[in-house]
Amino acid sequence: MTGKIPIAKTYKLFIDGAFPRSESGRTFSVNNPEGELIANVSQASRKDFREAVRAARAAQLSWASRTAYNRGQILYRVAEMLESRKIEFVELLKSIGVNSRSATREVEDSIQRWVWYAGWSDKYSQVLGSVNPVSGPYFNFTVPEPTGVVGIIAPTEPSMLGLISRLVPAIVSGNTVVVVSEGQSSLTSVTIGEVLATSDVPAGVVNILTGDQKDLLPWMVGHLDLNAVDISGISPETDLTLLEETASNVKRVVSRQVNEESLELISDFLEMKTVWHPIGR
Amino acid sequence: MPTSTITFRETVSSIKVIPVDEVSLEARAASLATRSIKTTSKRAALHLAIRCMDLTTLEGADTPEKVASLCQKAKRPDPSNHGVPSVAAVCIYPEMVHHAVEATEGSNVKVASVAGAFPSGLSTIEARTADIADAVKRGADEIDIVLNRSAFLAGDEQRAFEEIVASKDACGKAHLKVILEVGELGSYDKIRQASVLAMAAGADFIKTSTGKIPQASSLPRVLCMAEAVRDFAQQTNISVGIKAAGGIRTAKQAWHYLVVIGETLGTEWLSPEMFRIGASSLLNDVLLQLNRLDSGSYSGPDYVTVD
Repeated sequence: MTGKIPIAKTYKLFIDGAFPRSESGRTFSVNNPEGELIANVSQASRKDFREAVRAARAAQLSWASRTAYNRGQILYRVAEMLESRKIEFVELLKSIGVNSRSATREVEDSIQRWVWYAGWSDKYSQVLGSVNPVSGPYFNFTVPEPTGVVGIIAPTEPSMLGLISRLVPAIVSGNTVVVVSEGQSSLTSVTIGEVLATSDVPAGVVNILTGDQKDLLPWMVGHLDLNAVDISGISPETDLTLLEETASNVKRVVSRQVNEESLELISDFLEMKTVWHPIGR
Repeated sequence: MPTSTITFRETVSSIKVIPVDEVSLEARAASLATRSIKTTSKRAALHLAIRCMDLTTLEGADTPEKVASLCQKAKRPDPSNHGVPSVAAVCIYPEMVHHAVEATEGSNVKVASVAGAFPSGLSTIEARTADIADAVKRGADEIDIVLNRSAFLAGDEQRAFEEIVASKDACGKAHLKVILEVGELGSYDKIRQASVLAMAAGADFIKTSTGKIPQASSLPRVLCMAEAVRDFAQQTNISVGIKAAGGIRTAKQAWHYLVVIGETLGTEWLSPEMFRIGASSLLNDVLLQLNRLDSGSYSGPDYVTVD
């Protein structure tokens, strides 16, 4: 036998800790800049989206009720695993047309950013929460709580840093997420899913769908069990009147640039709860 | 114990208990589960699932208030929508029966009570029949008892049979459902035998499980029981109902059961008189699916009551 038979990879969805194909059976192909096929990728349907939200909802309470230290440790461990798979990510980014130097830089920045947000897990509530002066015999505190289930339309470029910039600030506080990734960036997203699957992040905390954001956006904005959507990666041609639906179901809509690294991005998906506690005997 | 003059052997000698072909039974159940329900029939299927539902709470921590709120939900599953029918019955412990009778008064919702040393059935038959008679006296319309699996599996079918006959006597006018606890029977052959035994002894319904062990209702097991019911009806002209219970949580599962019953026994069985689904969390999922049909968007647990 001479030579190896090349095995082209089919990228699957990442739902509830597993890698299913799309329920619809659809796939799309991702080519490199020279037009050669890199891989086939599952194309998620509205039913895959429904399953992903269900998984995210089921995982949310237990993820949020872990201690801040535990969530932080789990996220640090993901950063360690990204570090050990650095070469794989650099090669992946190169295959979709990022030049070698930028690819290395993007992977390193992504890992740094992951660590930066992981570090906030046991700190953001001290910084964002407060003890409020009130005129009466009460302690009055404001404490941040996670919003719940967040849908993220991941930026397509830069694909790795873009996704990580949106993903980590959302999950660090106890939210669970459903990510929708499109085109070439799908490969990076699913590969990050593969890292998460072998880390200690519980199943359902991060769910990754690949496909057409145009297909899935109406279902995202309409879904009553999705508490917020992050549309940072929305394509410029999208008809934004679609987002009016989010007003009818009181869904938070957030859009951010990915080149920032800030505590505000964590507070995007937090709710402030104010508690009155009587003083005295 | 009222001495039963009928013996099990005599009763069932005329009824053929055929061995079950496990492979084809499971294949048949799996193929029925792939049957798609089109959007146009979905609402009817979901309403039927609600109408056939025994809304259940069987926990040591049940309180009169919890039973009252369960009854409220049974009468009017979706307070914001008049079109949603009430469920068939609430299923509770005997101690809670009079609270449920009070709370369901004036509605079509029946009160079903488990009785007779539920869930094991391992008390003396005198104690069990007294428990049944007491639940009936408190006002239960339906009684869910368990098959004595201990006697049945030890080969003492006569005793298991007589106990059901005695329980049926104790029920009086109340409907008797006999729980086979299929997860403890070990094989489809045993499920089939137990079904025939219970039907011959006078059960109005045969029911899959108590919901107290992890191995509960499954599609092939219900298919096995449905086939027993079908053959029993052909041979004796007696139509016995079926109740699937335990582990049924999603609307999709519920309509798989409706398909199995409809395909095996015919549409005559697709009514609350002949088919029941025992469940606690299923109702919310069915309501979510109905919301989805009405609004066009996927709904979520924030939009139904917390039980």
